[in-house]
Amino acid sequence: MKDKKAINFPKSIENFLLHLHPIKIDARAVKFTRTFGLGGITALLFIILCVTGMVLRFSYVPSVAGAYDSILALERETIFGHFLRNLHHWSAKLMIIVSFLHMVRVIYSMAIFKKRAENWIYGLVMMFFVVAASFTGYLLPWDQLAFWAVTVVTQIIEYIPFIGVPLADMVRGSSTVDEQTLLNFYTLHTGILPLLFIVLMSMHFWLIRKAGGVALPKIEKPEKVNVNPNLIWIEIMAAAIVIAALFLTSAFYHAPLLEEANPLVSPNPSKAPWYFLGAQELLLHLHPVFGAVLVPLAVTAFFVYLPFFRVKNLNVGVWFNSPLGKQITIQSSIVSFVFTFVLIYLLDHFLHFQLWFTSWPMWISNGILPFLAYMLPMGAYVYFWKAKKQAENTEILLACTSILLSSYLSMLFISLLLRGEGMTLIF
Amino acid sequence: MAGIAALEAIYLIKGGINKSSVSSNEKELFNAGSAENFSNGKTYPYLSNQFFLRRFEDGGFLAMSIKCTHLGCVVNQDSKGFACPCHASKFNKYGEVMAAPATRPLDLFPVIIENGEVLIDTTKPFKRTSYLKSQLTYA
Repeated sequence: MKDKKAINFPKSIENFLLHLHPIKIDARAVKFTRTFGLGGITALLFIILCVTGMVLRFSYVPSVAGAYDSILALERETIFGHFLRNLHHWSAKLMIIVSFLHMVRVIYSMAIFKKRAENWIYGLVMMFFVVAASFTGYLLPWDQLAFWAVTVVTQIIEYIPFIGVPLADMVRGSSTVDEQTLLNFYTLHTGILPLLFIVLMSMHFWLIRKAGGVALPKIEKPEKVNVNPNLIWIEIMAAAIVIAALFLTSAFYHAPLLEEANPLVSPNPSKAPWYFLGAQELLLHLHPVFGAVLVPLAVTAFFVYLPFFRVKNLNVGVWFNSPLGKQITIQSSIVSFVFTFVLIYLLDHFLHFQLWFTSWPMWISNGILPFLAYMLPMGAYVYFWKAKKQAENTEILLACTSILLSSYLSMLFISLLLRGEGMTLIF
Repeated sequence: MAGIAALEAIYLIKGGINKSSVSSNEKELFNAGSAENFSNGKTYPYLSNQFFLRRFEDGGFLAMSIKCTHLGCVVNQDSKGFACPCHASKFNKYGEVMAAPATRPLDLFPVIIENGEVLIDTTKPFKRTSYLKSQLTYA
């Protein structure tokens, strides 16, 4: 690695790159499998989305009468119009996946604690904005997919007690999804959210440098290498591969476009955007006070507080903290995925609490009972690690994180692939 | 700062932005025509006005919203009442929930009968927790 010659950039570009990065960094930080380049790829996707998005703005008409037709005109009568829309679509999809993986990576490589805790919060806020940007963009084509997905999600907001309806009306700018909603989403999607991203990304990058770069285990004498060419070279390669893959995908696979939105006909089934499907699945089984309020609040609180839990045997930068942590992470992910899957199957086919206890209030039969049916076995499982295997609280945190993430993925998987007409299970 | 942010949030949630000015606060009344034209025990869809008008066996009228109370999809009429195509909620003829995931009956629009004409106030649907005989309007 040391023999490589520095890349000859114009002076200004080299200086700029060396302000983003330090001049020399730890050789271990350059290794691809340390970060998998996930944060960098997310930033690259943001740039691709900005560029394609700005070009798309030239043809898009943000009104109920014009939106769908402007997409058709873009696809059929504009040179590279279809390709441009595909590129924007696939980059956005990839951004959700990659930023999620980035989040998972920093948790499991123990890179969110101590001086990195503050940056974790910025990261979480950006994760929320990635989802918000994708969701606001989802409505813009104004086809059946867009209209009903946004109807379903804004209707979920209405389940929040007291502030739900006014909050949903604020998001929609109206009591139903209509032109006001389109204008709100368009403004957020093409103006406010990208601007917020730039501010937050600047903070995020600066805080990474302030924390001393990528989190690494402490060793005696770390070997230092030049950023140019060692890191720059990998970055250029990764970017080139991602861009090439996106171009190829966009050339062959089209972004979906159904018939124009019709507020009088709901397609069967109507599903929320794919990344929200875990939440929609939860709402099928849990009373809204639990499914739309308590559980999301508790999970959000857990992730916000994650780096601030008092941990004993913390090994910053060590994957899964310890060999035991690795074992716990893998096992609890699998256990939670399978358990969630089986529980949903049972709730759909056998455990009809609502019918068994018709005299009980819904929030017990449809709320507390299924909630306990999940929490008790999972709680017992975590307790088993603590009591029998002497897992420290750092490892227990990893177990809880894995259980939550894996359960969500399990629900998302079921809702996305295994639910057909009328949202019934296909098996 | 937090105080100002909170005030701003309240202002927004209270409906601080209004993109289309309504010139008057008059009710939007939809005239469905003479009450005599509706036969007992039948449901009449007025999809573009967002309601089903049902006349029951005893002559009472009920205007129910077409929106499923679960997640807002448009319900379809079937032999027993209404069924939601999105998540399989079922409602009977009175709009009461027969099958989850919906948790409350279909919303209502007030029905007013003046000089034998059926008028439906489509300004705003109102929510209910159960069907009551008092919700019916008679000619």
